[in-house]
Amino acid sequence: MSEHAPPKSDAADDAETDTGVETGAEAVVAALESAGAETLFGVQGGAIMPVYDALYDSDLQHVTMAHEQGAAHAADAYGVVSGEPGVCLATSGPGATNLVTGIADADMDSDAMVALTGQVPSHMVGSDAFQETDTTGVTAPITKHNYFAGDADTVGDTVGEAFALSAEGRPGPTLVDLPKDTTLAETDAEPGPAETPETYSVEEDPDDEQVEAAARAIERAEKPLLLFGGGVVKSDACKEARGFAMEHGIPVATTMPAIGSMPEDHELCLSWAGMHGTGYANMAITHTDCLIAVGTRFDDRLTGGVETFAPEAEVVHVDIDPAEISKNVHADYPVVGDAATAIERLDAEMDRSPQTREWRSQCRAWKDEYPLAYATPDDEPLKPQFVVEAFDEATDDDAVVTTGVGQHQMWAAQFWTYRSPRTWVSSHGLGTMGYGVPAAIGARIAADDDQQVVCFDGDGSFLMTMQEISVAVREDLDITVAVLNNRYIGMVRQWQDAFFDGRQMAADYDWCPEFDKLAEAFGAKGLRVDDYDEVADAVEEALEYDGPAVVDFHIDPAENVYPMVPSGGANGKFALSEDQL
Amino acid sequence: MSSDDASDEGSEPHPEIPRNGMPGPSPDERPHPEGRRNAKGIRIDPEAEAEPEHRTAVVSALVEHEPGVLSRVSGLFSRRQFNIESLTVGPTTVEGHARITLVVEETDPGIDQVKKQLAKLKPVIQVGELDDDAVRAELVVLKVRGEEPDKVQAITEMYEGRTLDAGPRTITVQITGDQQKIDDAIDAFRQFGIIEIARTGQTALARGDTPTTPGEEPGHAKDTDEQSDEVKTGTYDD
Repeated sequence: MSEHAPPKSDAADDAETDTGVETGAEAVVAALESAGAETLFGVQGGAIMPVYDALYDSDLQHVTMAHEQGAAHAADAYGVVSGEPGVCLATSGPGATNLVTGIADADMDSDAMVALTGQVPSHMVGSDAFQETDTTGVTAPITKHNYFAGDADTVGDTVGEAFALSAEGRPGPTLVDLPKDTTLAETDAEPGPAETPETYSVEEDPDDEQVEAAARAIERAEKPLLLFGGGVVKSDACKEARGFAMEHGIPVATTMPAIGSMPEDHELCLSWAGMHGTGYANMAITHTDCLIAVGTRFDDRLTGGVETFAPEAEVVHVDIDPAEISKNVHADYPVVGDAATAIERLDAEMDRSPQTREWRSQCRAWKDEYPLAYATPDDEPLKPQFVVEAFDEATDDDAVVTTGVGQHQMWAAQFWTYRSPRTWVSSHGLGTMGYGVPAAIGARIAADDDQQVVCFDGDGSFLMTMQEISVAVREDLDITVAVLNNRYIGMVRQWQDAFFDGRQMAADYDWCPEFDKLAEAFGAKGLRVDDYDEVADAVEEALEYDGPAVVDFHIDPAENVYPMVPSGGANGKFALSEDQL
Repeated sequence: MSSDDASDEGSEPHPEIPRNGMPGPSPDERPHPEGRRNAKGIRIDPEAEAEPEHRTAVVSALVEHEPGVLSRVSGLFSRRQFNIESLTVGPTTVEGHARITLVVEETDPGIDQVKKQLAKLKPVIQVGELDDDAVRAELVVLKVRGEEPDKVQAITEMYEGRTLDAGPRTITVQITGDQQKIDDAIDAFRQFGIIEIARTGQTALARGDTPTTPGEEPGHAKDTDEQSDEVKTGTYDD
C-alpha cells in the first residue's frame, strides 16, 4: 500500500506530477482524469481504500455521500445535467450492493454513468470473504457492461474503456470491480486514451432507404405526431428535433424522460404523454396517423396496452439501438441512427411538409378540452399543484427540477413549464423513491452556478434518502427541497382507492417526522407551510436562502393525480377523476 | 392559474372541475379510432386475430472467449423470458473467440429481439441466424440396461453410434446427428430401459461457403497473424 500521503503542499504536488502512475489505484485515478471526469460521488470503505488513497493527490473533486445509493443517484443526475458520465465509487460487499438501485435506475433511463467498486483481493474472491459480493454477477443484468479488473497493468485502460463505453451510442451505466490487490499492485502502465471496445459498434448514420421511406410516410400523413423520447435529450438533438417540428408544423408530444426537449409553452408542444401525461398528448397519440418516435423505448407507462397504442398510426421509429426497433411497438419505418443525424437526414429528404392545419387545430381543441387544472377553494387544504406552480413562477426558466417518485413527481412534471433540456431530472423507468435529494446534489454540482435547483419530494420518498441533506449542508449546496407532504405514500393510496376498494394497507404515513425540524437538525434551513397564504413567502425564503432549504408543505391528503390512463389501458381513455377509473 | 378563479368564488368548488378531477368529456364520450395492434405492437385488422406463430431458430453468436460471457448470454435469456431450447458453446479456430449456438423457440419478432439483444452485449462480436439447410448436430450419451447387449449393439449400429462402455449391467453409447435422429434413437433405446441420458443440445454451422455469422472470417486471429498460426485452418473463397 502507498505510504500515508503527506499533507498537500506545492512541493508534494510537483513531485506527484513528475512520477506518474505507480500503482493500480493511481492508474484508475489517472484514467478518470484523462477521460475527463471532474467529480466523483462515493463512500469510503476497506476494499476501495487504495483508490481513495490515490485520490488524495488528485485534483478530482470527491463528494462523500451519506449512503452509496445517494452516490449512485448523484452521479446519475450529474450525468443528466452535465451531459458527461457521472462517476460513483463504493467499497466491496454492502457498498457495492448499495449502489445497485442507482445503477439499475441509470440503466432503465439509459444514463451514462461509471461505477467503481472495491473488491476483496483476487485470491480471496469466491471464498465468501468479509464484505465480499459477486458484484459483476449482481450487476450484469443492470449494466451496459461490467468488468472485473484483475490486472494492475490494464486496470487504467479498463476504467477508460468503461467511461467511454457508458457514453457511446445508447448511454448506460458501466461498472469496474477493483480487487484490492489490483489497486495496491505496483504498475507503471499509464492508461491510454479512453476508447470503446472494438466489438461495440454503433451505427450513427441511418440507412438511405430507411430515411427515404420514413420521409415519404411523413409527407403523406394528415395527422402526424412527433414523439420525443429521452434519446433526444441524451444525444443533444433538441435543436434539430425542435427545428424539424417547427419547420414542418408537426405537433410534439414527449415522453417523461424527454421533458424539456420541446419548450412546453410552444404552441406545437402537447407536453408529455403516458399514464399521467396530458389529455391532449394522449388524444393526439390515439388519433395520429403517423407517429414519428425519436429515441424512445415505448415503455408501458407511455403506451398503456400496446394493442390500443396509436392504433391508426404508421410508426416511424428513430433509435440508435437497433434492439429497440419493434421491441414493444412494431415500427413500420425503422430508422437506426443518432437522433440529430437522423432528423437532419429526414429533413433533407422531405420534399414537402405534411398538410397539418386541421390536425393542429384539433390538437389545440384538445388542449382547451383537457387543460391541466385543479380546484383551490379557500377552505380546502393546500393543493400540491399550487406549490409547484408557485416555485415555477418564482424561479428562472433554466432552473433544474429533481424529484423523488410518486404523486409529487407527477405534479412536478405536470404543473411546471419546462423549456430547456436537462432541467428535468427524475427516475422514470425504475421509479426509484428517494431519487430526488441525492439527484439534487448531483444536479447542483453539474449545473451552472446561477441555475437554481429545486427538488420536489414526497414524504415517503424524502424519508428514504433525506440523510443526504447532511451532504448538502457540508458542501454548502444551494438547493431547495419542497416536500409535498400528504402523510401518505400517496400514489399507492390512490391505487388502493381506485383498484383495491379503498383498503389503504400500509399507505398511511402519519408517523412521518417533522421535516422542517429534521432539516434544522441537519443544519439546513427548515420551513413548514400549511396554508395557501404562507406559500409565496416560504417559496421566496427557501429560494433566497444560500444553502440547502427544506420546506415541508402539508398538502391536501385527498388530492390525487389526474389524468390517468389505467395500467394497460388505452391512451385515449384516460380518467379525469376517480369515478372514471 | 385556477387559484385565482377559486379565490373569486370563495368556498364554492370550481363549477367545471369535479372534485379531485378535471374538465373534459369522459372516456366514453370521446371519439375512438378503429385500428388496433396485437400484443406484439403490430397493427392488425380489427377483425383478425393475428398472433405471430412460434418457430424454432438456430442462432449462432461469435463471442470473445472471456470469463463470464456464458453467464451474460444465459442471463440475458432468462431476464428477457426468451424460450431457449438449447445452448452450446466452444472455442473457434480464432484464438480468443468462441461460438455460442442457441436454439430458440419464439415468434419472428421474438427471434429478431434475441438476435438484437445478443448483438448488444459487449463481448458479442457477430450474431447470425442459420438457414434451414445449415449443418446441425447434437450429441447424446445414454446408458441403458445391459441385459440384451446384442440388440443394443444393433440399434447403436443402426444409428451409426458408438459404444463407450459395456458392462454386465449397463451399456453406454453415444449417438450424434440432427435433432430428429437423436430423438428417434432415444425412442429406439427405450425398449432396453434407459437409465441415464445426457444431451448436448444442437450446435451448427452454415452450409458451404456462407459464413455462419455475417462477415465472419475463418482462421484469422483478431490482432496479428502470428497468434493464429496454430489455429489457421482455411479461408473461404471470395
